[in-house]
Amino acid sequence: MSLANQLVDLIAALMLLTSFAMLAQRRLTALVDLLALQGVLLTAATLVAAWVTGHAHLYLSALLSLVLKVVVLPTLLRRLVRRLDLQWDREALVNTPTTMLVGIVLVIVAFNLALPISALSGSILRGALGIALASVLLAFLMMITRRKAVSQVIGFLAMENGLFFAATSVTYGMPMIVELGIALDVLVAAFVFGIFFFRIRETFDSLDTRHLETHPAGEGEDV
Amino acid sequence: MPELAVLLLLPLAGAVTFAFLGASARAPEANAAFSGFTALAAVVLAIRVLADGPQLAMRDLFHVDAFSVFLVALTALVGFTTSLFSRPYMRNEVVAGRVGPTALRLYHAMYQLFVGTMLLALTTNNIGILWVAMETATLTTVLLVSLYRTPASVRAAWKYFILCGVGIAQALFGTILLYLAAERVLGGGGTALLWTQLEGVKDQLEPSVVTIAFVFLLVGYGTKAGLVPLHNWLPDAHAEGPTPITAVLSGLLLNVALYAIARSKVLADGALGTPLAGNLMMGFGLLTVVVAAFMTLRQTDVKRLFGYSSVKHMGLITFAFGMGGAAATFAGLLHMTVHSLTKSAIFFAVGHATQKAGTQVIDEIRGLVHTSPAVGWGLMLGGIAILGMPPFGVFAAEFLLLTTAMSAQPWAALVLLVALAVSFGGILWRVQAMVFGAPNLKPLLHRPAILPVFVHLGLTLLLGFYLPPFLAAWYREAARLIG
Repeated sequence: MSLANQLVDLIAALMLLTSFAMLAQRRLTALVDLLALQGVLLTAATLVAAWVTGHAHLYLSALLSLVLKVVVLPTLLRRLVRRLDLQWDREALVNTPTTMLVGIVLVIVAFNLALPISALSGSILRGALGIALASVLLAFLMMITRRKAVSQVIGFLAMENGLFFAATSVTYGMPMIVELGIALDVLVAAFVFGIFFFRIRETFDSLDTRHLETHPAGEGEDV
Repeated sequence: MPELAVLLLLPLAGAVTFAFLGASARAPEANAAFSGFTALAAVVLAIRVLADGPQLAMRDLFHVDAFSVFLVALTALVGFTTSLFSRPYMRNEVVAGRVGPTALRLYHAMYQLFVGTMLLALTTNNIGILWVAMETATLTTVLLVSLYRTPASVRAAWKYFILCGVGIAQALFGTILLYLAAERVLGGGGTALLWTQLEGVKDQLEPSVVTIAFVFLLVGYGTKAGLVPLHNWLPDAHAEGPTPITAVLSGLLLNVALYAIARSKVLADGALGTPLAGNLMMGFGLLTVVVAAFMTLRQTDVKRLFGYSSVKHMGLITFAFGMGGAAATFAGLLHMTVHSLTKSAIFFAVGHATQKAGTQVIDEIRGLVHTSPAVGWGLMLGGIAILGMPPFGVFAAEFLLLTTAMSAQPWAALVLLVALAVSFGGILWRVQAMVFGAPNLKPLLHRPAILPVFVHLGLTLLLGFYLPPFLAAWYREAARLIG
């Protein structure tokens, strides 16, 4: 087994670990740190792919991940968490152990779904597809089970990370123009989220961010 | 193709302009002017495609064929008429104190950007860029849905954002898988996501991967098209945003999402050689029609009511495309056209009606026809048209769909008929009560824009009993491309 293979396996394993950690983590700043860690892993995976294939555009893609997912987005989120004075996301619809169990089931589903696909891929990272898909599903689970807007956003971005990881692992990333487009979208989305948080606070007419935590007017929707 | 450049760059230029000047006194007119010239460029492009066949531009980055150019023309046209409607509407909102200068700048800039991203989605040859454009269209409208900053609107926008964000992420995964399948045939690099390349090799794509890819694409873009059970964001987003945005969301964005699904189906059909994709779409379509029809019965908010009506029509069109074949696809394309025209006309009328009434609650809007006959009749005729009464175009489309379904899928046709009857009852008496009945409305400072309502209804009426030969040829060509 080559060094590259071992590296990829290590990165993939860590990716899965961070996904589960996010599922369990209730402290928002720690959640942002985990998101940044995923960004680092994504960058590393892209670098390995670039090193193995020698494609120049993958180095660019790795740089993009580094800037966007390790530096810009986490910084924005950290600032937001501080400005809005948010600490914890304690309220969850499902308790942590149950969430973890559901998460394990999702991982099994993801591996089963990925099996026929990765068999077709010629990439050395193809084994990681199952894990990439698992991270997408786990992020999705996190979005469903959390109450707070910030947690849902972090889940959304983690999902995006998982998708990028999937793209890197099966096809060595998407064509550059598409990757740039997606990166732009994610960046814009982050700004929109930011504006949104302030709009939520302003709308519920208070600096008390408890309005963000509890849902304002009954029904199932949560802001 | 200079007209393509104009088509895509003009909305962008408009967005930049309005980011600074969107609150100036003449901004609504400028907005209409930008949209008008965009529509003109779309017409020129359509004429060229009709005359010379499919066009490629910018090193194959853009591709326009009969299917996409028909939607380009429709999108640009409705974008233009909606900007005409938006002129007095937004002025009245300013008078009512519901929007300030910042909101107006945001509104005008995002309006242009939204139309621009949809045109990009339709003209791009790269299905990855199609995804990017769809996501950007979501992002541009999400702040508009919460423009009024009421708790309900912020909640609606958040729901829209999260649900469509998650949905569209599924579509991205589908796109990645499609790229994997395509890369094995076409090789790496940028070309493997180009529609023109993909279509040529669709029968060589690996079926197992394409199956999974299609399911993800259908779920992802289906969320944007409002297919049940992924429709949850749609009625809220329709109800809470400014009405011009409701009109373009319903009349245009849903179409573009369907466009993406129809394109995906072509690839899936080619790769699989089985009717799986079509069956899935028919299933989703049928479920959507039935659920939406029953939901219309329960609505008390006029914009939500017509939001559910849009969901129902998206279900019908998805069903038509899923059934496939020349006749059903033709019906689906015609349905897309007349639904866009009719539904936006309805929202124009509803917009003015809700401004007059100061509420969106159906029970509190009464006697439109007495205080403002044009708006009242516009809503009444629009309501009749959207319910599929002859001689309007929706009738022609639904009739064609149902007769085709009778022979191919008799049971489904029966279900569709029942659902149509249910929504008929749900919508007709409510519209009738709003239009006739004892008046309780106040006059508006800025006169409503009546022209767009009746232009749309006139076009729908025309399409009901006379389909111009060029349009029929156009639909047939598009149906051949995606049938």
